[in-house]
Amino acid sequence: MQLSFNSDALRLVELRDGETGVLEKMDLPEDVTRRLMELGFLPGHTVTPAHTAPGGDARVFRVDGSEIALRRDTASRLWVRLDPAQSN
Amino acid sequence: MSDCCAPPAAPTVRAAREITIALVGPPNSGKSTLFNRLTGLRQKVANFPGVTVEHHTGRVRVGDADLLLVDLPGIYSLAPRSEDEQVTHDVLAGSMAGVHKPEAILLIMDCTNLGRHLVLAAPILSLGIPTLVILNMVDDLRRRDGEIDPLALAAQLGAPVALISAYTGEGVEQVSAFLEKVAAGKAARKAPVVQLPVLNDIPKCRAWAAQVGHHADYRPPAPPLWTRRLDGVFLHPVIGPLVFVAVVLGVFQTIFSGARPLMDGLQRLVTLSGNWLATVLPDSPLRSLLLEGVWSGVGSVVVFLPQILLLFLFIGVLEDSGYLARAALIADRTMSKFGLQGKSFIPLLSAYACAVPAIMATRTIENKRDRIATILIAPFMTCSARLPVYTLIIAAFIPNKPLLGPLLGGQAVAMLGLYVVGFLAALATARVLKSTILRSGHTPFMLEMPAYRWPTFKSIGLRLIDRSKIFLRRAGTVILTVAVVLWVLAHLPLTNGKAPAIADSLAGTVGRTIEPLIRPLGFNWKIGVGLVSSLAAREVIIGTLGTIYGMEGDAHSVSLQTALHGDLTTGGACALLIFFAFAMQCMSTMAVVRRETGGWKWPAVQFTYMSTLAYVCAFLVNQTVSRL
Repeated sequence: MQLSFNSDALRLVELRDGETGVLEKMDLPEDVTRRLMELGFLPGHTVTPAHTAPGGDARVFRVDGSEIALRRDTASRLWVRLDPAQSN
Repeated sequence: MSDCCAPPAAPTVRAAREITIALVGPPNSGKSTLFNRLTGLRQKVANFPGVTVEHHTGRVRVGDADLLLVDLPGIYSLAPRSEDEQVTHDVLAGSMAGVHKPEAILLIMDCTNLGRHLVLAAPILSLGIPTLVILNMVDDLRRRDGEIDPLALAAQLGAPVALISAYTGEGVEQVSAFLEKVAAGKAARKAPVVQLPVLNDIPKCRAWAAQVGHHADYRPPAPPLWTRRLDGVFLHPVIGPLVFVAVVLGVFQTIFSGARPLMDGLQRLVTLSGNWLATVLPDSPLRSLLLEGVWSGVGSVVVFLPQILLLFLFIGVLEDSGYLARAALIADRTMSKFGLQGKSFIPLLSAYACAVPAIMATRTIENKRDRIATILIAPFMTCSARLPVYTLIIAAFIPNKPLLGPLLGGQAVAMLGLYVVGFLAALATARVLKSTILRSGHTPFMLEMPAYRWPTFKSIGLRLIDRSKIFLRRAGTVILTVAVVLWVLAHLPLTNGKAPAIADSLAGTVGRTIEPLIRPLGFNWKIGVGLVSSLAAREVIIGTLGTIYGMEGDAHSVSLQTALHGDLTTGGACALLIFFAFAMQCMSTMAVVRRETGGWKWPAVQFTYMSTLAYVCAFLVNQTVSRL
């Protein structure tokens, strides 16, 4: 991971309930990135955490009008910028 | 299962040139619902030659033309990366053997999620094939206060647009009108107003879709309130898992006790019709073949139809309602401990009815290694074919002493124990596979949570009919063949025109040849014949043992249980149970594994592994129990 981001870039897993992030970068193999983009995880789009599966792994994210579940290890490779306008 | 070998539809005189229409759309766009609505019962499942992707084809009658509608796999893009995308790409390009290049495309998308689904329109429209853009779920869009101008969208895309609800049937007549035009050769492509984007660049395609939507006055709907409310319950940290466990237990309870009266009724029907046949047929070898071979052999399998249908009814309801995706999410954490993922949960649950549909259901698992691991462990789940074998042996050998009050007897505990043993074997095998030959590094688990919907009778009913056909075809082919072959082997060689005693027959010879091999497990040659015949399908052993004991002089008057009890030690009986829990005795499963994994390698690995495990464990159990 290059440190070429703003200092306020954080991992998607670090988003708390009620916060919204704007997707900046995905640090994953190309085929996985493509699949995520098809599911709506596009740079510049907002991502909001929704429900979490029991035990804390696999979390549902609202992105581009759908709800997609990702595991922690995937979500920790997506970098977002906190979107203060939409977080409460 | 030889779905791929179904004979091609007989060409009709009128249809010199068959018109093929492709139905394309992203997953969760309501594609199957529309397909079912258009084709009804005139559909069948088939496989494309050379690939494992299953597809439905169906006939649609418009005016006096008969069109062939091909339901293609749900895809997000046309870039041929996954097998589903490759198949769709090839069919649309006209390069798929056995399918004509489609004359028109029905492109269906969920208009409550138009921005994302419209992305697929770019590559589809660039093919230049006449296309009807179908915006599905318009009832949902309206209810949630969304909006779209179909005429503006049609002008933007240069293709007609139909606003429909495949679920309620609203607007479906527009699809029929389009198909009529296609049949009359009057459908054409217009040039779109908007320039199509660079197809390989997903962000550009998504921006294009947003722009097109904007020009068509698209207002996205409000969030699905009910889905969020229900998820508040079903994905609640405490209530969620409780609901999950209740659903799984409820499914099991209904399958095992709810199906009982139906199965008993069917059993009575088979017995009664067998008795009736016995009275009307003249005494001859043919009568014996029909009654002992065909009737009892095939009948013993058909009896399981209610149970299997009930399981598919549950899976259908869970899937169509949207709960199954939540169940997979809840199961994911536990499954990941064994190296699997949440999507493996659905096939493994189905495997409790039958491994064949379970293995077909692994197609939803994108990761190839996870998929193969799931396929390899699915036959360890206690399928319904093991049930009659377990029931027979347990009833004959395990005393039904109450263990925990009157509710839980020794026999129930034995049955439950066998379920647990199979489940543990599956998990242990998964663990070993995933940390050795099927190790995969980063396993992305991505699962879309669809909005909740009421399941429709039509879609579930059609699926049940589909499954019954597959099951009955198997009973009519594999099991019929085994029953007949076994009957012949048990009646040859003829001496002075008379059938030999079973011990001297060809079947008996086979049993006695393998007897030294199975003696350490506590089995005699009769069980050996049963084991050999059950290589085709587990439940066949019952018919075989019936034939063998039935043919031994006065054993006619003794029930099979008593006969077995006198012929097997307790150690041998326990060993037989364990052997059936672990061994791979099912030709249909082997065939479907070969088809799904594209070769004989994995079925061979699976067969060797399961047989060895079954032999070793049965040996240990027999030696231990006989020394107690």
